[in-house]
Amino acid sequence: MTAELASTPAESDCTTDILRERGQREVFCGLTGIVWLHRKIQDAFFLIVGSRTCAHLMQSAAGVMIFAEPRFATAVIEDRDLAGMADANEELDRVAGQVLARRPDIKTLFLVGSCPSEVIKLDLSRAAERLGKTHPHVRVLNYSGSGIETTFTEGEDFCLEAIVPELPESSTDNRSLMVVGALADVVEDQFVRLFDALGIGPVHFLPARNSEDLPPVGPGTRYLLAQPFLGKTAAALEGRGATRISAPFPFGAEGTESWLRAAADTFGVDADHFESVIAAPRARAKKALEHYRDALSGKRIFFFPDSQLEIPLARMLHTELGMELLEVGSPYIHRSHLDCELPQLPASTQLSEGQHVDTQLDRCRAARPDLTVCGLGLANPLEAEGLSTKWAIELVFTPIHGFEQAGDLAELFARPLRRRDVLRVS
Amino acid sequence: MKLTVWTYEGPPHVGAMRIATGMKDLHYVLHAPQGDTYADLLFTMIERRNHRPPVTYTTFQARDLGADTAELFKDAAADAYQRFKPAAMIVGASCTAELIQDDPGGLAARLGLPCPVLPLELPSYSKKENWGASETFYRLVRGLAGPHAPSPGEPRLERREGPPRANLLGPTAMGFRHRDDIKEITKLLGKLGVEVNVCAPMNASVIDITKLGDADFNVVLYPEIADTAARWLEKAFGQPRTTTIPIGVGATRDFVREVAEIIGVDPEPALNDEDLRLPWWSRSVDSNYLTGKRVFVFGDATHAIAAARVAVEEMGFELVGLGAYNREFARDVREAAAKYGVEPLITDDYLEVEAAIEAARPELVLGTQMERHIAKRLGVACTVISAPVHVEDFPARYAPVMGYEGANVLFDTWVHPLVMGLEEHLLGMFREDFEFSDEAGPSHLGGHAPAPRPAAADPLETPDPVQAEPASPDEPVWNDDALKELKKIPFFVRGKARRNTESYAAEHGAATITVETLYDAKAHFGR
Repeated sequence: MTAELASTPAESDCTTDILRERGQREVFCGLTGIVWLHRKIQDAFFLIVGSRTCAHLMQSAAGVMIFAEPRFATAVIEDRDLAGMADANEELDRVAGQVLARRPDIKTLFLVGSCPSEVIKLDLSRAAERLGKTHPHVRVLNYSGSGIETTFTEGEDFCLEAIVPELPESSTDNRSLMVVGALADVVEDQFVRLFDALGIGPVHFLPARNSEDLPPVGPGTRYLLAQPFLGKTAAALEGRGATRISAPFPFGAEGTESWLRAAADTFGVDADHFESVIAAPRARAKKALEHYRDALSGKRIFFFPDSQLEIPLARMLHTELGMELLEVGSPYIHRSHLDCELPQLPASTQLSEGQHVDTQLDRCRAARPDLTVCGLGLANPLEAEGLSTKWAIELVFTPIHGFEQAGDLAELFARPLRRRDVLRVS
Repeated sequence: MKLTVWTYEGPPHVGAMRIATGMKDLHYVLHAPQGDTYADLLFTMIERRNHRPPVTYTTFQARDLGADTAELFKDAAADAYQRFKPAAMIVGASCTAELIQDDPGGLAARLGLPCPVLPLELPSYSKKENWGASETFYRLVRGLAGPHAPSPGEPRLERREGPPRANLLGPTAMGFRHRDDIKEITKLLGKLGVEVNVCAPMNASVIDITKLGDADFNVVLYPEIADTAARWLEKAFGQPRTTTIPIGVGATRDFVREVAEIIGVDPEPALNDEDLRLPWWSRSVDSNYLTGKRVFVFGDATHAIAAARVAVEEMGFELVGLGAYNREFARDVREAAAKYGVEPLITDDYLEVEAAIEAARPELVLGTQMERHIAKRLGVACTVISAPVHVEDFPARYAPVMGYEGANVLFDTWVHPLVMGLEEHLLGMFREDFEFSDEAGPSHLGGHAPAPRPAAADPLETPDPVQAEPASPDEPVWNDDALKELKKIPFFVRGKARRNTESYAAEHGAATITVETLYDAKAHFGR
């Protein structure tokens, strides 16, 4: 405690006064992560073991976006499973068999636990083991995406954590880089080119795009988090000997530069070389951000908790675009993974963790922010009260990482304000 | 366990939410874990409601399970009353809370809140959304109107003076076109001199529900939701109820006759409408090409049965399939299917519906939003006629499906996705044309790219109009990597990205477009 106080001047630190609340949470559960994970990992199928509510959630959250046949489904628990008239394990084996018969191209099957499966204590790890034996060509894994344990993006954390034990042991002690967290494919490719140009390698990504390409891990592995919500995955990787490279998250020109620099420093890249590689894309990112500076600079923003991306995004909006941060809410604040982010927030920022949606709405209404970042259940009601909003979920479903996306990221925040200004109808 | 890809109905507590959200001063306290709040977005996003649904979720977490979830419920219910001051509350459990058996009804009763509190028992593992809505509405009607009913054996209450009065029963939040059906049927009843006593649950306050007994009869608009309540009202208050669903011209006229019979008036003033156009639109020669078009109908039983009649009798289509996802009304669907000589399909298994549609080879699917997915995959025209529905099924314009204007709407929306008559002929004559083929879809609808030339399946290899123009000698050339990068851009903005990059390269005198150029241009132009 003393050390912490000594290293950071307490009076200018926004983390000294985090508001922690409990109450109704207006956030998705971890099952929702399947919406992007099932597209990212192209030969995986996600079978939720849950209720009609779980299936309905997936449909409501994902139905708008997915027109191809989804690589996810729900094994809906019914009365007879609960009453013991049917053996739930046998039923699950049957349904999993149905899925695999329909989709012979599937190489990994995730059994995903839900609130009801956790409450009735259906043992999905044993089920995965059993199914792995009856379907030897398929890797069967399990994790929980239940709302009683996971909030929205934590579903990805639990999923990646489940993959870590499957990663092959790195054959050498030589250093390699692992980028952790699902990224849009186009972003991943951009980073590959940059690491290549920097001379950093080999570089691996978790999750990989398909099951054959699992990245190796070992004591030589240095990993860089691409997402701020991966606490359990990080711990599992450290259990396999990997070491985290402390860095801010790659949002905006400066965020991306610092993220890359952290890797470059770890891998001993020469400073001049680093500069020569990133100068052009960084300049582009800054130029792209400039388009939105006028719209965003000095505007007051309020974040409801959603994806845990709130703190890195608030940092980027503040330091690179001059936005004023009112409240920055996050479902969970992983302090050590945010070690390079939190010090960059101005002391006046009200951080909040957890949620009591009604009292938070009271604070938001009182603050009258220029822009409110919130979930889909709150956005239209707040718009109707005259507050401009940005749907938080769009930040998870849009490529926003890296230099080339910096402008897109800023544009997402500028658009609602621009729209408010262009509309001449009421 | 049942393998489910998409589901036609949500869990029963979502049905209860549809009732509460449709009403004005009712609040629902739902014992539920984090994540169940997703249901709010059905109302705020899909239906574009400008208020949060009146629902408080207790949001228990794993760590609460060992402690006291019951206490959490009591606090949430007490807080909800304090904050929202509803005229009445309903309380219940979602699927997970049902397993922990906290008894929300008993807990709420012990709080002694100063408003009526109605407990709901909605078994999540055997029942579904429509049942939940129906049960919730029935409990509300019984609980709030019940105390005003004459005791068994007593005569009906003295009729209030004035014109005949009806209740409109069944419309809810998130219902397919309920908003506009109410208006249309109110207008239609007006032609017979009937006033609406209460419309419920949509737009009703708690006080309104207590006054249901004042009406002379009940109009059951949506039996899936109101049938149980209307049957109880019939017993308790001696109110007759209508059984015809006024969808389509014929059914609307039957409905008018049924109402006229109940109140003993002449149906004539309401048997026609100066704005009714379907009959002539259907008889005009332009509609000849509709004759015998193969149509597959699937939805909730009420809308599916009604659509089948309109399709056959009023559009001249051939019915090749009829089905419904709600088993509660399976008997009605079977009767209708027998009448039209098709196999009834009673299932809530999306994959089964997909297989049936594929086998029936229809030219038009009249279904729910899920059949829209199926039809899209099969390249068949589709119109949505029933819940579950999506945001585009809540149109800004007035678009009822009931009554005479509703019939006009059905004609327009069913014909719209079809290839137009003359175009159909041309397609038959020139089916090799790569730009004008059946794969390109109806030409009056956007979003259908011409089928690619067989020799160049990749649209990137097909010269787009920009490149097809006479190329100047110094026009920049794309290198392979840049072209690959371009492919990663979603197709609907790819054309713009391509044009921007090329004009940027030309302006800057770049002979070759590289990945760098692509992103330079992107940064230059912004969005």
